[in-house]
Amino acid sequence: MIAQITMNETRAELTKFARLPAYVIPTLAFPVAFYSFFGLVMNGSQHIGTTSVAAYMLATFGAFGVVGCALFAFGVSVAMERGQGWLLVKRASPMPPAAYFIAKVLTMMAFATVIVAMLCLLAVEFGGVRLAPSGWLALVAALILGSIPFGAIGLAIGFVAGPNSAPAIINVIYLPMSFLSGLWIPVEGLPPFIAHLAPFLPTYHLGQLALGTIGPGHGSALTHILVLVLWAVAGAGAAAYGMKRDEGRTYG
Amino acid sequence: MLDTQIPARLARVTKRYGAITALNDVDIALQPGETLALLGPNGAGKTTAIRALLGIIAPDSGTATLFGKSPRTAVNRNRVGAMLQVSGVPATLTVREHVRLFSSYYPHPLPVAETITIAGLRGLENRLYGQLSGGQKQRVAFALAICGDPDALVLDEPTTALDVESRLALWAQIRSYVARGRSVLLTTHDLAEADALADRIAVLFGGKIVAEGSAAQIKARAGGSTVRCTSGLDDERLHAIAGIDAIRRADGVIRLTTHDADAVVRALYQTDPTFTLLDVADTPLEEAFLALTRTPASQEITV
Repeated sequence: MIAQITMNETRAELTKFARLPAYVIPTLAFPVAFYSFFGLVMNGSQHIGTTSVAAYMLATFGAFGVVGCALFAFGVSVAMERGQGWLLVKRASPMPPAAYFIAKVLTMMAFATVIVAMLCLLAVEFGGVRLAPSGWLALVAALILGSIPFGAIGLAIGFVAGPNSAPAIINVIYLPMSFLSGLWIPVEGLPPFIAHLAPFLPTYHLGQLALGTIGPGHGSALTHILVLVLWAVAGAGAAAYGMKRDEGRTYG
Repeated sequence: MLDTQIPARLARVTKRYGAITALNDVDIALQPGETLALLGPNGAGKTTAIRALLGIIAPDSGTATLFGKSPRTAVNRNRVGAMLQVSGVPATLTVREHVRLFSSYYPHPLPVAETITIAGLRGLENRLYGQLSGGQKQRVAFALAICGDPDALVLDEPTTALDVESRLALWAQIRSYVARGRSVLLTTHDLAEADALADRIAVLFGGKIVAEGSAAQIKARAGGSTVRCTSGLDDERLHAIAGIDAIRRADGVIRLTTHDADAVVRALYQTDPTFTLLDVADTPLEEAFLALTRTPASQEITV
């Protein structure tokens, strides 16, 4: 029963977003445009260490793309549905709350998969990127599963922020955080004091985890995974707190 | 009656939001098969009462139950359908997609086509929600409330902001659902609506139930008109005139609340040569509720 409802819920979420060009186009187009420009057109033939820029930036702009998709898919949609009272209608229905959240995770991962697939195609076709099958698998898995902690962070923002401020807050967090953690410019190219700050940001760990699958990552994969899991738990905890707080505060 | 047979009950429920007491020791029960209207002006606590009943807000004290158990248990959610005040429903799903999704939450839903027919949405199945008119959107909300074939329906201001046509249509749809032997609790700030739909009315004002009774009983107390006049009669003589419910004086003008303005005016012309009629107007509901809270007798008209 719950599995069936989750599937229906996921199908509805996907349909809902697919018919919403204002969400789909920026989410898909930004990482593709940035990667094409910075990773392929401008620096494609250069190398960072032994790795081509095309391969390096596939990992980092891949991380940039899935983080954006996760933050917006969760944060903005939950903040809107909460602010407009739609979430209350769902909560008053027998829909299992887990179905709502799992459907959002699956929808986010579906969009993340599309983003990663498009970037990989561009990398192979125009960047000459070649990886062993196990390398592709590890990279794709790191990026798609790595979106989950950012879904949790988005969810927390969606439950704590107002419906109108959520998109602004997410933009303010998303773009600087991506830059400061080396998703646009390699950490090595950042000023040292920024490079020192980077490990405090969850995006740094996703970027390095993805880079590790193709070679040039800093730190151990296990550490990155652990830090990302902690962020996921913290995000989910903050969201649960926000949800609980709604129960006492909702006016009427 | 066994508690498990009472579709919905608030027992001594109090709910505060900071300094505001939204519900103050509210006791109310929806009986099986009846339509109960919770009538009150905006801000009276109606929506809070509905949300407490549905288990989406937690009361500070007292208990909310559906069929004798917590509204949060899955089995109870299955037996209740709710129509809440919502400013946004996902706009990019069609009417049928919305109904089909909500139906799938329930173990024994109505067939989707039947829900769509009852809610008066035939011909609109493939329309995106965002393209519907206000009345059609309300009918979708109604469809989502009934699609699970629930034993009890909870409707929060179902017809607010609807035009007359849409309103009458929704009334007809609510009545057709009641005719299936179901219980309905609805909130409204419109006495006429409560009168048209409900077997019993509970008046909520300032977070308290101030009156409870049949539609006729409530109308007799809360409805009526206000006669503005000047007169040489004192309060005692005025009270002697049949039909006057309340008297207020300000700046030499007397305001008489009555449910038979014709009779009162006729009697005043006969008994008081100095009587001057200024105007007669329908008593605004807010004023009527205030009158109810001031009249000690209002506590006694419980059936």
